[in-house]
Amino acid sequence: MRTTITVNGQARALDLDPRTTLLDALREHLRLTGAKKGCDHGQCGACTVLVNGVRINSCLSLAVMHDGDEVTSIEGLGTTEALHPVQRAFLTEDAFQCGYCTPGQICSTVGMLAELEAAIPSQETPRGAKPALTDAEIRERMSGNICRCSAYPQIVAAIKSAAEAMA
Amino acid sequence: MKAFTYERAQSAEAAVKAATATPAAKFIAGGTNLLDLMKLEIEQPQHLIDVGRLPMAAVEDTADGGLKIGAMASNSHAAADPRVRQRYPLLSEAIVAGGSPQLRNKASVGGNLMQRTRCAYFYDTSKPCNKRQPGAGCAALEGLNRNAAIFGASHACIATHPSDMAVALAALDARVETLSPTGQARSFPILELHRLPAERPEMDTHLVPGELITAVVLPPPPKGAQVYRKVRDRASYAGGLASIAVAGPNVALGMVAHKPWRAVDAEAALAAGATPAEAMARELDGASSAGRNDFKIALVARLGAAALAEAKGERT
Repeated sequence: MRTTITVNGQARALDLDPRTTLLDALREHLRLTGAKKGCDHGQCGACTVLVNGVRINSCLSLAVMHDGDEVTSIEGLGTTEALHPVQRAFLTEDAFQCGYCTPGQICSTVGMLAELEAAIPSQETPRGAKPALTDAEIRERMSGNICRCSAYPQIVAAIKSAAEAMA
Repeated sequence: MKAFTYERAQSAEAAVKAATATPAAKFIAGGTNLLDLMKLEIEQPQHLIDVGRLPMAAVEDTADGGLKIGAMASNSHAAADPRVRQRYPLLSEAIVAGGSPQLRNKASVGGNLMQRTRCAYFYDTSKPCNKRQPGAGCAALEGLNRNAAIFGASHACIATHPSDMAVALAALDARVETLSPTGQARSFPILELHRLPAERPEMDTHLVPGELITAVVLPPPPKGAQVYRKVRDRASYAGGLASIAVAGPNVALGMVAHKPWRAVDAEAALAAGATPAEAMARELDGASSAGRNDFKIALVARLGAAALAEAKGERT
């Protein structure tokens, strides 16, 4: 099926088997291997990318469902010369060990900070209140991203420092 | 994943027409549950009708002071709507108790209602499951049934419905709006959407083939406190063992039956002056367990009593 997806600002025309997930379209067809295939069932978050600015599990979506959408993967957030503030914070705070989950963690963080800005609640948000960037909120909001090296304390620190840098 | 054809529906009418015209067709909106099951070949649709972009994602006030939530609204969008948070905090809190943020961003309100059980044997294609393969038998009856139903189960199926959102909607007396394959719109109480397993556990709902959920409609909120509580094995991103939704005099239980379970016996007891613990005991008179889920009866008794006490303003 013919599908056109704008990936990291560039329109990409693809001819795909409808079974192709967005993750496989990125990795196998566009050779953007930043988003990782961890569980392939939406449980680990390693495949997290932004679609029209919103974070989703790219493994649980068909590429053909995204015709006309704008997808941002880790490759589109920053470059080695000009890192995204979240990328820089993950480096500064040593927020990873093996690095496999990191592209998903970083894309998830970017989406998560936008959700906080948009006042989308989590189960840690007090009733009626605007959510704040507390440690409990960060942990809850990042619960869809697993880090098998368990760099969680540094990930929380990186997210706080990135949020300050972006404020 | 088995091969299938795909089309994007241009209207709800076209979607239901396509669903009846094509054998083994399924609607897909967010796809977070359906694609997971398709990868495991538990679901094998031959044709997908993408309804995700139909203009049914708005949250709108209704004339009687209620709220209409379009079926294609994402779970995140529904939970974040200021009117939902203000007037139906129970619903917002139930939604954010389910899944992960990534899933809630993608999953639709209609799809949340249509998600399938998380029973381990429904997922394990090497084991018999009447829901997956009618007539095969039920491995959960004497197996790992820790999360099985304690209300309304049958000898054919003891699976539970996993939705948090649906439990809140049950307590709020929500109605479901659908478009049937003949083009007829209909509206019915959410408690009439899901069915008990009986002899046909492969059927989760009373929808006819090709019928599409278009909206969920909330009446004005009932007077009284709203509480949602969920018990699970992890603090976040885990399916529930049991949950309770309290909305004024209304009480619904989650993950204890094949459908959101309206605790009518507990409600009647409360109305007659029973304490929260007495009311829960009355409801649980009708409970039965299958072995590894025996604990759920005591769990629901305590969870319910605590949530009802919280709703009454007592400290728990």
